[in-house]
Amino acid sequence: MSDSNPIDFSAVPDARGHFGPYGGRFVSETLMDALDELERLYRTLSDDPAFQAEFDRDLAFYVGRPSPLYLAERLTQKVGGAQIYLKREDLNHTGAHKVNNTIGQALLAKHMGKPRVIAETGAGQHGVATATVAARLGLKCQVYMGAEDVRRQALNVYRMKLLGAEVIPVTSGSRTLKDAMNEAMRDWVTNIDDTFYIIGTVAGPHPYPELVRDFQCVIGREAREQCLTQAGRLPDALVACVGGGSNAIGLFHPFLNDESVRMYGVEAGGHGIATGEHAAPLSAGQPGVLHGNRTYLMSDEAGQIIETHSVSAGLDYPGVGPEHSWLKDIGRVDYVDATDDEALHAFRELTRVEGIMPALESSHAVAYGMKLAASMSPEEIVVINLSGRGDKDIHTVAGIDGISI
Amino acid sequence: MSRIQARFSALQAAGRKALIPYITAGDPAPAVTLPLMHDLVAAGADIIELGIPFSDPMADGPVIQLAMERALAHEVSLRQVLEMVAEFRQRDNDTPVVLMGYLNPVERMGYDEFAREAAEAGVDGVLTVDLPPEEAVDVVPLFKARGLDTIFLLAPTTTAERARSICQQASGYVYYVSLKGVTGSSALDVTDVANKLDMLRTVTDLPIGVGFGIRDGATAAAVGEVADGVVVGSVLVNQIAANADNPDAARKAISAIIAEMRGAMDH
Repeated sequence: MSDSNPIDFSAVPDARGHFGPYGGRFVSETLMDALDELERLYRTLSDDPAFQAEFDRDLAFYVGRPSPLYLAERLTQKVGGAQIYLKREDLNHTGAHKVNNTIGQALLAKHMGKPRVIAETGAGQHGVATATVAARLGLKCQVYMGAEDVRRQALNVYRMKLLGAEVIPVTSGSRTLKDAMNEAMRDWVTNIDDTFYIIGTVAGPHPYPELVRDFQCVIGREAREQCLTQAGRLPDALVACVGGGSNAIGLFHPFLNDESVRMYGVEAGGHGIATGEHAAPLSAGQPGVLHGNRTYLMSDEAGQIIETHSVSAGLDYPGVGPEHSWLKDIGRVDYVDATDDEALHAFRELTRVEGIMPALESSHAVAYGMKLAASMSPEEIVVINLSGRGDKDIHTVAGIDGISI
Repeated sequence: MSRIQARFSALQAAGRKALIPYITAGDPAPAVTLPLMHDLVAAGADIIELGIPFSDPMADGPVIQLAMERALAHEVSLRQVLEMVAEFRQRDNDTPVVLMGYLNPVERMGYDEFAREAAEAGVDGVLTVDLPPEEAVDVVPLFKARGLDTIFLLAPTTTAERARSICQQASGYVYYVSLKGVTGSSALDVTDVANKLDMLRTVTDLPIGVGFGIRDGATAAAVGEVADGVVVGSVLVNQIAANADNPDAARKAISAIIAEMRGAMDH
């Protein structure tokens, strides 16, 4: 970066949850007291060694951390550029990075004595991760999911039911993730006394973007140490997909002060940015206010939120975490995109070359990571966050192949 | 003196309470809104809250969500809502109009431009449900400079200390949300509301409107006993849904409800 005064990344967000002009707390008055209470509790617990030990213990023995940093040798050979390492969040319990956050928030719910948790979900990974921790802690769990996503992600819907959660299909608006989040907010404002809202990404009103980031930073802390140990140096580039952006911020944040490390957040290019059918607010949107925070959004001239498109339900969201908006503006992270076709190609490639089937969300990172690695030299290192596994997407891919299973 | 202040002063002098209906602009079609606004006044409304349609009305229940979807099917924009107010002003220069909605359409238009155009159209107050006072420090002065009152919400969960700081930024009136939930929720508890208003009176002299859960003349009258204004929305908007193909019937039904509430409140 050209700035001679290094930015203090640990100083954001400010006391009111602002990342530069982004973030904040844009919600109706009824929620303000609950958010204050959550913030106070989080401040106390995040400084409490006993709470941190409890969190670390769950990550080790329940989630199965640390997740490996895997040198993908055949993929590296095939691409013919930088060495490609994969951060294997797909190997976590429940199959994605989402559980790092739900473990943390469920502990907060437990400390607050809330018997009921709710969540929104797109692809279903966050819903499954929430239902899982709710089952483990004996909490009542209801998950809001867009009716369109219920159809696309039948496997995860049934997983949640088996775990004892109730899945509530949302039929308002575009029937996807944003509408599920609206409905979860409505539930929370109605049942605020006994309910903890486990938000699945680094968006929403303060303090959610901060606390979800903190819980997900385990990804980047591990990756940094693993890379130093295994390769003897820091990586040259990090690549992660960005929907709301929790896996990306989790990987990036612990590296922000390492000026030599370049970072790429990969948005869903859908049918191509030029077609308008995508889910890439950082690449093609503008700042606005939705779901409790100011951030880059996909909205029309009149300020209405517009429908997004991505082959992956988990990236099909018109907003993005506010810290990403800020990191874009200050130029610390480059935000790029991969189209549906590029992601599907990467899905097939990684599956055939490494025997690792990535989630369609993560396939966007793999697609861009391969392209990036090809432009770099063999001495260089690229770390791609493999944020989730692809089992849940087999129906979608089979459908694209014209096969019904 | 703003239209809102003038209206509350006049009501107070007459020993009456404000009846404040909410409708969504452009529901069920843009042409219905202007005559409906005049109907509301004729039936006894003192202030009109006019909803700005938004694609993601997070704080609203199904009734108003659907109203917004009906309006958005006609692509009703904030600019059109301002035109409706300007047109309303051609025949009614006294009834205060408060725009109620969500922040993003305003943010997209730009705060300066919105404040200027709203004032020019004859808007009196602005209530954006997802703009709490903490985030409004730059916005309130812009609105004030154009003579627009910023209406803020108070909730059952709002502490006295917080209510005091909210009321310092508010002008015109404050809107007490009578229950935890979204618009169109179940009936309110008048005793709870009365207790909360006693507390709020110790922190502000602004008029207090109460909304959420007011369904008929009886609840309107009961709330009018303790509040300065009674806000009613979903029960009116329901009439539009129930008469989807017959806006005239919806207008008649809405006027009848307002007239009944007016009668019960003035009794």
